[in-house]
Amino acid sequence: MRRRAARAAGLLGAVALLGVILLLSIAVGAKSLPLTDVWSGLLDRDATEYAVVHRMRLPRTLLGLLAGTALGVAGAVMQALTRNPLADPGLLGINAGASAAVATAAAFLGVTAIGGYVWFALLGAAVVTALVYAVGGGRGATPARLALAGAALNATLYSYVSAVMLLDAASLDRLRFWTVGSLASADAATVTRVAPFILAGLLVALAAARPLNALALGDDTARALGARPALIRAAVIVAVTLLCGAATAACGPIVFVGLLVPHLVRALTGPDLRWLLPYCAVLAPALLLGADVLGRVLGRPGELQVGMVTAVLGGPLFLWLVSRSRVAHP
Amino acid sequence: MRFRPRALAVGAGAALLAAGLGLVAIGSGDYPMGPADVLRTLTGGGTPAEQFIVSELRLPRLVTALLVGAALALAGTIFQSLVRNPLGSPDILGFTQGASTGALVVVVLGGSSLALAGAAVVGGIATGLVIYALAWRRGVHGYRLILVGIGVAAILTGVNGYLLTRAPLMDAARAVLWLTGSLDGRGWANAGPLLVVTAVLAPVVLVGCAAALRMMELGDDTASALGVPVVRLRLVLLASAVLLVSFAAAAAGPVSFVALVAPHVTRRLTRAPGPNLLPSMAVGAALLVGADLLAQRAFAGHQLPVGVVTGVIGGGYLVWLLAVERRAGRL
Repeated sequence: MRRRAARAAGLLGAVALLGVILLLSIAVGAKSLPLTDVWSGLLDRDATEYAVVHRMRLPRTLLGLLAGTALGVAGAVMQALTRNPLADPGLLGINAGASAAVATAAAFLGVTAIGGYVWFALLGAAVVTALVYAVGGGRGATPARLALAGAALNATLYSYVSAVMLLDAASLDRLRFWTVGSLASADAATVTRVAPFILAGLLVALAAARPLNALALGDDTARALGARPALIRAAVIVAVTLLCGAATAACGPIVFVGLLVPHLVRALTGPDLRWLLPYCAVLAPALLLGADVLGRVLGRPGELQVGMVTAVLGGPLFLWLVSRSRVAHP
Repeated sequence: MRFRPRALAVGAGAALLAAGLGLVAIGSGDYPMGPADVLRTLTGGGTPAEQFIVSELRLPRLVTALLVGAALALAGTIFQSLVRNPLGSPDILGFTQGASTGALVVVVLGGSSLALAGAAVVGGIATGLVIYALAWRRGVHGYRLILVGIGVAAILTGVNGYLLTRAPLMDAARAVLWLTGSLDGRGWANAGPLLVVTAVLAPVVLVGCAAALRMMELGDDTASALGVPVVRLRLVLLASAVLLVSFAAAAAGPVSFVALVAPHVTRRLTRAPGPNLLPSMAVGAALLVGADLLAQRAFAGHQLPVGVVTGVIGGGYLVWLLAVERRAGRL
């Protein structure tokens, strides 16, 4: 009981942290706003800051919130499903699948708006999720095999994306910013476009938390506990597709958020997904927006793309995980 | 050194194929020449115009293609053998991305194509050192090397994407062309350094390490018991492979998947277990010359970079390989 109280208090603390970062994300940028101006910019239609906040900072912050939540939760359920500590939607090629589909749409089908991107991204994410799970998951899978299958798919898909960019200079100019992973292009339309997909994915993932806990004990035990393994797997794949596809369509492929956050959170909560998922849903956007704010501060007068910041922050953690021998063994 | 007749036949066949494709490649273009004309020109005959076209324009490109193919195939064979995994290749382990980072830095800062090639070499070698140091734990072992490589590759992919956004659009287009791997306009200055490196390292690997590499595939303990200095040999082999990849990238850009595919094709053809170093080199050379020929001629009026062709071929092959190797339980 006391543990439960501690976890609940921790979750409240995480929400408070996220709140601070949300405010920072609205305040920091090419024109920095003091915190008092953030309030007036949010609420007071006549304030000079109203346009900046509502046109640019607020959509960007909301998109970071949605995309961060999506990536963190997707990483957590994938790690649970594959029983694999290295599962990450970026490393396993799912975001690359969405990228390849979006590149195809942008170059050959003349799709330029986020509204069109999102369906292609979902399709690409779905195909790669199924493929990587079929190849590297399932019986007898090892962390290294799954990571390797993902890396191979990543290499293939990115060589395809760069070939597309090469054939068409217009899509190069558009896609080269998108493929790093950036929140800079966010506007209200983007947010409302991807929000339904991400919220649906979150609902499915949260609903799957308890049966996934049972599945962690093995298929037979899970069945004895009343869970249906095939159904859970299908539900998780649908959730991951919705979350990663929508997040990638909006901000491009972002690596390591889905890897980093569940690992940090597991140290706080243990493996119980009913706590792990809410923590991830709060802390992953805190990390993503934190990285975005950091990119805006470090890159002045321009900005560093958030995908680059998360890659550089998350990479060392991945290497540290690998250096613990448990993971690196076949 | 023992020769298996089948491996020898495969190597010779691939070398002949590469030579034949090379003749076609030299003969085709805006000024077409028959194979007989090409041979006559190569041996010193022909008109001055033909001499110029062959020895200054088309031969350097062909030589670069042959060398890049052979060097990548040799490096790929070494990697796959060392990490004991059919997917171990410089594309996946991060060395290619390191070379790309070096080159992109030059593109962003602005520099000559010579500086670009030099930076690619430096980037590849530096990445090799970092991966080796991070994967080191009383010797470097297969799975740790793969995972560290994947992590470093992911970091560098982020860095590369960022660098690409920093360049002006014209330079970015040039950078993407380079990143795909292209043989357009390659002259003797591109082929020279790679020729030297391959000429030095190929004998070192082929003569000095081939037998030991075969024993190391039995496992470190067995190899040590058989008298192989495992740790030192692995360092030499890794260094050779990284140098070959870096110089190949400097000559033609990081042409994808040749290092992955050539050793596999060779193993299937020779049906021999263990590394088939020399036949792999011949197959790699033939593969790249063939891919370049296809890239130049496949779409009339449109010259694709060779990396697009190898990427498409390699990607398809890879998906098939993943399925087959998984079914056989080898992956």
